[in-house]
Amino acid sequence: MASSGQIADQGVVNDLVEDWSQDKEVFKVHWGKAMMWIFLLSDTFIFTSFLTGYMKIRASSTIPWPNASEIFALSFGGDPIPLILIAIMTFVLITSSGTMALAVNYGYRRDRGKTALFLFITAAFGLLFVGMQAFEWTKLIVDEGVRPWSNPFGAPQFGACFFMITGFHGGHVSGGVIYLTYVAIGVLNGRYEKKGYDIVEIAGLYWHFVDLVWVFIFAFFYLW
Amino acid sequence: MAHVALADKGQELAHPKTWIGAYVWSQDHKVIGIQYIITATLVGLVALALSAMMRLQLGFPGVFDLIQPNEYYSAVTMHGMIMVVFMLTAFFLGGFGNLLIPLMCGARDMAFPYMNMLSFWVYLASVIVLCASFFVPGGATGAGWTLYPPQAITEGSAGSGMGIILMLVSLALFIVAFTMGGLNYITTAFQARTRGMTLMRMPLSVWGIVMATILGLLAFPALLVAAIMMLLDALLGTSFFMPAISDLGEVSSTTGGTPILFQHLFWFFGHPEVYIVALPMFGIASDLISTHARKNIFGYRMMVWAIIAIGGLSFIVWAHHMYVSGMNPYFGFFFATTTLIIAVPTALKVYNWVLTLWQGNIHLNVPMLFAIGFIFTFIHGGITGLFLGNVAVDVPLSDTYFVIGHFHMVMGVSPFLIVFGGMYHWYPKFTGRMLNDTMGKIHFWVTFLGTYAIYLPMHYIGILGVPRRYFAYGSLDSFPDSVHVINTSITIAALIVGTAQLLFIYNLVWSLFKGEKASSNPWRATTLEWQTPDTPPKHGNWGPELPVVHRWAYSYSVPGAREDFIPQTEEPSENTKGDVH
Repeated sequence: MASSGQIADQGVVNDLVEDWSQDKEVFKVHWGKAMMWIFLLSDTFIFTSFLTGYMKIRASSTIPWPNASEIFALSFGGDPIPLILIAIMTFVLITSSGTMALAVNYGYRRDRGKTALFLFITAAFGLLFVGMQAFEWTKLIVDEGVRPWSNPFGAPQFGACFFMITGFHGGHVSGGVIYLTYVAIGVLNGRYEKKGYDIVEIAGLYWHFVDLVWVFIFAFFYLW
Repeated sequence: MAHVALADKGQELAHPKTWIGAYVWSQDHKVIGIQYIITATLVGLVALALSAMMRLQLGFPGVFDLIQPNEYYSAVTMHGMIMVVFMLTAFFLGGFGNLLIPLMCGARDMAFPYMNMLSFWVYLASVIVLCASFFVPGGATGAGWTLYPPQAITEGSAGSGMGIILMLVSLALFIVAFTMGGLNYITTAFQARTRGMTLMRMPLSVWGIVMATILGLLAFPALLVAAIMMLLDALLGTSFFMPAISDLGEVSSTTGGTPILFQHLFWFFGHPEVYIVALPMFGIASDLISTHARKNIFGYRMMVWAIIAIGGLSFIVWAHHMYVSGMNPYFGFFFATTTLIIAVPTALKVYNWVLTLWQGNIHLNVPMLFAIGFIFTFIHGGITGLFLGNVAVDVPLSDTYFVIGHFHMVMGVSPFLIVFGGMYHWYPKFTGRMLNDTMGKIHFWVTFLGTYAIYLPMHYIGILGVPRRYFAYGSLDSFPDSVHVINTSITIAALIVGTAQLLFIYNLVWSLFKGEKASSNPWRATTLEWQTPDTPPKHGNWGPELPVVHRWAYSYSVPGAREDFIPQTEEPSENTKGDVH
């Protein structure tokens, strides 16, 4: 009879609900980690709203949008190379995700020295990224006359969107640098010996998220 | 990594050593909840006073002369924003969420007590910034609670200077506070439940509050982004939302912005916001009705799934607020359809409440009066919502008093009735004293009947075409003179209802000192918060051991049981075997 199949189906659904609704906890992870995942989901919606707003603004602009490969080009004495600075910045940030992963690994091995070392390296890469972003902003503002309210290349919203969204992301990176430094000092002091080193992974989640968001910002601002 | 669940670990709590540590800079979820409730109530009274001023102006134009047109617009705006965000959202999530989630889930405190404390203090800062905007040059913003640009930040409209800036800053602060609190509510309900407390045994109050918090964490980002963009427009002169505007022959320096984007961002927040208020209201109403009807809630699982479905659907209906902004007819069709679909799980909940009452052993205690009153007002407001969800009906009714009547019934009066019901219900647990019954009954009947005296006529004058947000109507030919009489009667009713709320506040204070002493479980309810060793519960809530849960939250009138309720902590016995869910 068909009913046997139906019973099996109900079983699967019910089992799924039972699995997810067990007592004590839904996710079998540290509650700090669960909180960070939920926070990052919320933060995703912030960046999604920013980027969607940017797309809408760009789509409805009557004045042509500036050409990204010309504006974001950098010259080292010879012809300007398009997107070279941004390529280096992206490389730095992605590399920092690698060192972050190493820090998490050493954290769970309770190798405090190496954990702190890789956390500091990650934070340093983050600082390097923010530094290069500051350089890029200075170049745009001082040399090329891009302002939040106007620019010589086209739609005034270009500067507004660019400074707002990269600034918001840069703020995230700066916050992350402070957070990582705080955790690294704690690791050195042995603050987490009793509580365990989940905090390194939790900080890592945040850091990887900031990297991931950068990929989208990169695509939307520099490649479009 | 293997890890130990919070429920098995024993939470280290920061026990305060001083009075200030215990009641001011407190990390105890109950104290924080009460702090939220007091602040939200005070700012709610400000909003109540504003509505009284508006009604005096509308009901008796030219008689009192309390406010000028600009102040009238400020009052409209601040009344709306305070009531929706700073009062109801803060009260349900910050207030009831803080009080109930750890107790109902069997936790000693929130998962992150320190962050929880910060949440309240940032919320308080946002309220202070908001109230400060009354006193800046130009007054509070008068853009309407939707804050639509370009008018909100264009010179010449009420509060377009410092007023709107403080409003946006205050909203941003509120969102920060809400995020810190919200992460706590979700993490606690998800990760810190006691042994035996499965998700499908949680009281619906917790389900409603948690789902509303999830909506908040996903919807407030859109408002934050809109607020940041508008702040930049106002402060730096960017043109996110500002097109080129020609005013008295002068063309503005802004160019090419898109005001419609603001509307989308605002309503992507704004519609889920309706359900951020509504879902806790649904959850608490379910618990009140079940407890006071001495009957298990009808269709518990259905109720849970309805909360989840409503939460999901609430993100794809937002543009029904924007039919008159102009949109592709296919989008109008889409959003009208989703609006009708979201009514299905909502109606299902209403049927389940009514079926819970059916053949129940109904005790007309004050909380129950409010819960039953809520069913009436909610059906009323919900059904007019179906009218407005349809493009063809909405366009002529848009921006009339019909809309005002609708949303005040569905998300003004209804949630307030549940706020009151919840206060009468849980006050004994958190103060150790009952609220006065007589004052409670007077409060209920005046509020409930007065509500209809206020809002039914508003539907009628809305259909006559009376527009909202007008300072004075004068003698227009487009609608009959009876509108003025109706407006006067609405004002009188509103003032009476407003006064009744002061009686409630008086009751809250009076009962704190003179109220009848409450037993630990005066309503003979099943849920965990009534099974605490102390009333009011001490810091840490439970004795040395966390409670263990053996059944769902709705074991009322179980055949064979000794009493007409079985606490969730009671172990299964031979007589009541069939009941354990």
